[in-house]
Amino acid sequence: MFKIVLFLAAVSLQSQSLFAQDISGKLLLTAGVSQVEGSAGGGLTPWAFITGYGTRDQIGASTYYTKADSQDYSLESYGVGVGFYDRVELSFAKNSFNTLAVGQDLGLGHSYRLKQDIFGVKVKLLGDAVLDQGSWMPQVAVGAQFKENKSEAVVKSLGVKDNKGIDYYVSATKILLGQSLLYNLTLRATKANQLGILGFGGDKNDDYELMYEGSVAYLLTRKIAVGMEYRKKPDNLSIAKEEDWFDIFAAWTPTKNMSLTLAYVDLGQVAIKDNQSGFYSSLQIGF
Amino acid sequence: MKTIILVIILTLSTSFAKDTSAYDNFGGKKVIKKVVDDLMINLLSNEKTKSFFEFADQERIKNKLVEQFCRELGGPCKYTGKSMKESHKDQEIKRSHFFALVEELQKAMNQNKVPQRAQNKLLAKLAPMHKDVVTE
Repeated sequence: MFKIVLFLAAVSLQSQSLFAQDISGKLLLTAGVSQVEGSAGGGLTPWAFITGYGTRDQIGASTYYTKADSQDYSLESYGVGVGFYDRVELSFAKNSFNTLAVGQDLGLGHSYRLKQDIFGVKVKLLGDAVLDQGSWMPQVAVGAQFKENKSEAVVKSLGVKDNKGIDYYVSATKILLGQSLLYNLTLRATKANQLGILGFGGDKNDDYELMYEGSVAYLLTRKIAVGMEYRKKPDNLSIAKEEDWFDIFAAWTPTKNMSLTLAYVDLGQVAIKDNQSGFYSSLQIGF
Repeated sequence: MKTIILVIILTLSTSFAKDTSAYDNFGGKKVIKKVVDDLMINLLSNEKTKSFFEFADQERIKNKLVEQFCRELGGPCKYTGKSMKESHKDQEIKRSHFFALVEELQKAMNQNKVPQRAQNKLLAKLAPMHKDVVTE
């Protein structure tokens, strides 16, 4: 997987010369970045954008690496995404959650990693976040994230019902150019505990619940956006309370081949540790 | 009482008067002209947009663009050109061409230090024109 990421990164950086010219038609900053589950979006939440800079006549692609460190944990996420004709997005991502000293306390071993794979699909249904400036109509997309936790025995020992789960979501994204604002609202039906890193469903609840996620960003320049995100989370496990997530971010896109996102994230309680917060950084390369 | 009515009338008349703040923030006609001059230079040096302009009457296009930008920003101008649909027909313009022009316009506005908010105000007015410019 990591080889694929590196390969696509290399291709992306060469893309201008490889494909002559008819690629990367979208405007800077209007492709979003890769969110933590691999879909095009902000940092925490998927947006209605289709990944990469391809317009409806082009194919785009992206690859990313994200690292977030809190007081007691460290999360790595990386993956690839392909956008077909600004209509369909396919993505594949890996999450690796390092329990550091907590792993030892739980008898799993120091730096035990909980891992999951996420296959994502997204389809843009209607609207264009950038072009339809005359109307309030946002760009709307629906998507699904098929998740498989690779630490089945461990998560099931916590009272988790399943190591596999599917999140379904609908996202509405709009750029209000006159106000230099971007906003996004996502509704997600999910059973996932901490994205799925702690499996799916639990003793407190094993049904799909509807969660809302929101993002706002101010387009400071053509290349820089600053904003914040909120992600409502389920709370299915009595032994590992889960809280909503929040971040403040700055994204810098010097060229269409590269985006750098830095954020401060507040994760609340994660497994047995509360008040988790920290620094998030993400590099996306694509075309 | 009279004073109150006068104040109300004055307030209403200013709020109904044409909002020229975007035009002023942009820098007025002088800056619009410079932006359009630089835009044309940029368009001619961009491989994606060059072919649409190199054999066209560039002076005429520039004059019409100045009128259009001025008017869209709420400035004291009249657009005397053809409709967007009319002037772009049969040109096989794709979305990527449209966005390429927007990018060159953004660069031209940056070259002339147009404030970001005024830039985006103009882009917001121009964006819906994709319906008449891009060939479906």
